[in-house]
Amino acid sequence: MEVKRTKGVLKRIAGPVVTAVNLDAHMYDVVKVGDEQLMGEVIKIKGEDIIIQVYEDTSGIKPGEPVENTGLSLSVELGPGLLTSIYDGIQRPLEVLVEKMGNFIERGVTAPGLSHDKKWEFKPVKKAGDMVTPGTIIGEVQETNIVHKIMIPPYCDAGKIKDIKSGSFTIDEIVCTLDNGAEIAMMHKWPVRIPRPVTEKLNPDIPLITGQRILDGLFPVAKGGTAAIPGPFGSGKTVTQQALAKWSDAEIVVYIGCGERGNEMTEVLTEFPELEDPKTGRPLMERTVLIANTSNMPVAAREASVYTGITIAEYFRDMGYDVSLMADSTSRWAEAMREISSRLEEMPGEEGYPAYLAARLSEFYERAGRVNTLNKDFGSVTVIGAVSPPGGDFSEPVTQNTLRIVKCFWALDAKLSQRRHFPAINWLNSYSLYLDTLSQYYDENVSPEWNPLRTWAMEVLQKEAELQEIVQLVGSDALPDEEQVTIEVARMLREIFLQQNAFDPVDTYCDMTKQFDILKAIRFYSDQAYAALKAGVITSQITGLKAKNDLPQIKYVKEYKPEIERIVKTMESEFTKLREAA
Amino acid sequence: MKEYRTITQVAGPLVFVEKTEPVGYQELVNLVLADGSEKRGQVLDTSDDIVVVQVFETTTGIGKDTGVRFTGETIKMPVGKDMLGRILSGAGKPKDGGPDIVPEKRLEITGAAINPWARGSPRQFIQTGISTIDLTNTLVRGQKLPIFSGSGLPHNEIALQIARQAKVPGSDEQFAVVFAAMGITKEEENQFMAEFERTGALEHAVVFLNLADDPAVERIITPRLALTTAEYLAFELDYHVLVILTDMTNYCEALRQIGAAREEVPGRRGYPGYMYTDLASLYERAGIIKGKKGSVTQLSILTMPGDDITHPIPDLSGYITEGQIVVNRDLHRKGIYPPINVLPSLSRLMNLGIGKGFTREDHKKVSDQLYAGYAEGVDLRGLVAIVGKDALSERDRGFLEFAEMFENRFVRQGKDEDRTIEESLDLGWDLLKDIPEEQLVRIDRELIQKYHPKYRKKAE
Repeated sequence: MEVKRTKGVLKRIAGPVVTAVNLDAHMYDVVKVGDEQLMGEVIKIKGEDIIIQVYEDTSGIKPGEPVENTGLSLSVELGPGLLTSIYDGIQRPLEVLVEKMGNFIERGVTAPGLSHDKKWEFKPVKKAGDMVTPGTIIGEVQETNIVHKIMIPPYCDAGKIKDIKSGSFTIDEIVCTLDNGAEIAMMHKWPVRIPRPVTEKLNPDIPLITGQRILDGLFPVAKGGTAAIPGPFGSGKTVTQQALAKWSDAEIVVYIGCGERGNEMTEVLTEFPELEDPKTGRPLMERTVLIANTSNMPVAAREASVYTGITIAEYFRDMGYDVSLMADSTSRWAEAMREISSRLEEMPGEEGYPAYLAARLSEFYERAGRVNTLNKDFGSVTVIGAVSPPGGDFSEPVTQNTLRIVKCFWALDAKLSQRRHFPAINWLNSYSLYLDTLSQYYDENVSPEWNPLRTWAMEVLQKEAELQEIVQLVGSDALPDEEQVTIEVARMLREIFLQQNAFDPVDTYCDMTKQFDILKAIRFYSDQAYAALKAGVITSQITGLKAKNDLPQIKYVKEYKPEIERIVKTMESEFTKLREAA
Repeated sequence: MKEYRTITQVAGPLVFVEKTEPVGYQELVNLVLADGSEKRGQVLDTSDDIVVVQVFETTTGIGKDTGVRFTGETIKMPVGKDMLGRILSGAGKPKDGGPDIVPEKRLEITGAAINPWARGSPRQFIQTGISTIDLTNTLVRGQKLPIFSGSGLPHNEIALQIARQAKVPGSDEQFAVVFAAMGITKEEENQFMAEFERTGALEHAVVFLNLADDPAVERIITPRLALTTAEYLAFELDYHVLVILTDMTNYCEALRQIGAAREEVPGRRGYPGYMYTDLASLYERAGIIKGKKGSVTQLSILTMPGDDITHPIPDLSGYITEGQIVVNRDLHRKGIYPPINVLPSLSRLMNLGIGKGFTREDHKKVSDQLYAGYAEGVDLRGLVAIVGKDALSERDRGFLEFAEMFENRFVRQGKDEDRTIEESLDLGWDLLKDIPEEQLVRIDRELIQKYHPKYRKKAE
């Protein structure tokens, strides 16, 4: 059907959902609503009624005002200028909005996602006569310290380059023409609700190094994998998400603040430009795209923000980068769906969520992955979604539907955060299904001892959980000697290895070598302790060993190697003395 | 202005009107009753032929003979500097016998969202004089920190103590208090008003009162009027504004009432599905704007039905606010004031406003250590109940003792006791000194050497 009547009229307004008539439209067409031309999207067609969700506040809009169909679906602008940007849910740059309408978000203001005036230095990597196909990289722009690769848009036909330029251009100027008549600029648009095509999806077998001991050490996520962080409020979801955004070894980070707190977004906005990327030493902001749609910004834009974010992530993946995407929080996204669904008077599913909740969640997470791009490079999008279960109840629909899809589960625990055990990730409930696929990587890149060491640590922690049940009944003194040592070792694992201070300048990031060294030192103590027990040393002397008390301090020391060697040596000599005395 | 007499249906607080001219969404509506009195309402749903109006007062007296006038504009609030010192009704009308507010501006009460890019980072420490807040759950300017309480607990006293003592050490900028009461009893009102008068706080306060017997629907606009006033004082007149909203539970009940009247699909426990978004549109109206001198800090009080923190009201609030102060019944029963349980309490912005250059370098780590020690002690209480004190190891007995001391010396303080942050920190160290030094794993050695009473004495 061709869109004939592009102008209709409003019939009904009830919150963010409005109805228009005398309009031809397709699903998900972007429309301009009312005299103020508020942006909206068609979400339902019912006879003559076209039902639209509006991305801006609809107060004061009247029936009879015009509605115009743009005939396009909601798209984002992809090209140089994305990095360091901060957008709302529909890719309007917040900085530009401040210039246009002041400190508060007013409505009816449009702002393109990218600057159309700024010139970028385009360096071609292909030449006239070269054959190109969709996704082929034809040139490069030094955007920040990241090289932005210009691709033939996926919707273009293959052809031969007729002419390719070099020099300074805006994103709209044609830099390349093909023999089939296609004209390529540095920017292209892509509809957010459609995944960008790839050649092939691959198995994720490289870990995303996060610098967080409990994640890298016990529950690693792969590059191109999916992970969920569910937890009640106050258990440290946002701190964990932000730590990941800061320290994960992805080349590009897309951070979606979806229905979260304004002040927290500000924290990100002020902190990221100041923080350094541990790998490159450049400001973290240079590799970051932020999407901030706070809880009081329009709910429909919140629904769209997640798609805007993942489309940008896929775009960088297509250049051959490893991208990590943090969505904080997917529960707010689900609630936006619920809110809009209830305004549509749809039949609700579980707890008022729409019946298509599970489908939408899985579609979203399925856009993650390690891929062979159209240009035959390797790229990945890792998706880490925070979930905010009401009342901390993991049986609610959003958590449950998320768990069915993701491979990595980092269960935050309010009990742990109350005793200031951070990150408050429960080591008994969490899991990672990537351990097997990643084990080869650890053997080759960390140490062949790593995998057994990890298994050992998990066993000790599991054993402790069982023993704690007994301790709860009879007290720790009633345990046999050997098990008292186990409890002590587990305590060290918890306090030294698992606890990590995100606010300490050194401890906030812990590389794999340091993680390995710490774990090895604890293992050393453990082995020595059991040996000492056998030699007849009494338990209190073992658990009271002086040198091990220095171990926690290692976390706060940057050049820790000499110190940890000293501690291990002192432990050894203390144990020797104890054994000799016994 | 055209007057319609075409009411087709009245249901609870909702009135359905047939009309011919276009009416805007959220437009203000005047209803003229047969006896000439007026009521106000707002458009909730508008279409070609029928408009649904939510009436802010009772619908008593509204019938088919009632005239309906659509004003053509959304609800605006007259604001001006002479609002300070005034007592207004929940609908913004003077209640103290004084003259009407002379408006310097008329502002939309829904309030637009602050652009995150324009927000300043809240990092100015507010000293409330209460150790459990200052040291372990620090409040900063521009923060929204609710008090989660239960019926019968002294949350009002705590709120008043904070309002009375709150200050930024070393600053003498002008400040104001905006107080919005939703559905509180006359008795509570008297308590607040007496306190405001006693301390002379009223002259720099604006008070909005919606009492328990005032119409429930009015509660929907009361906090919006208060926050609009606060934003005006903060961002146009450079005041540092502390907004106290009480009781958010009553607000949410009103929201549910309207949802039910509209026959909406209910969410959890009958509350509307959009309650999160609705609450966010209130709570998020706190903060600092780059380049503006003033700030809006929000302290809302809510009573958790059945002391249940997982109830939708505290639950959704906790996901929006930057932490929570939890008032605990057990501590209250032990006779401890303020009965603040630090364990589930949290201030998310704390780390921005503490430490070197703000409070003291040892602040964060002392706080963590106190938390960890107290949590361990509280856990052990459960164990003691089963095995008795004697079965505990010496280490465990130490923590048990610590938890007692923490409650009795650190949590407990007088209603007029105004502790400086240094006093609170030193008190913290004083409690920590009884724990063996190697157990203080949260604090690095350097700070222990500097602040631990053992070394401090030596140094002196």
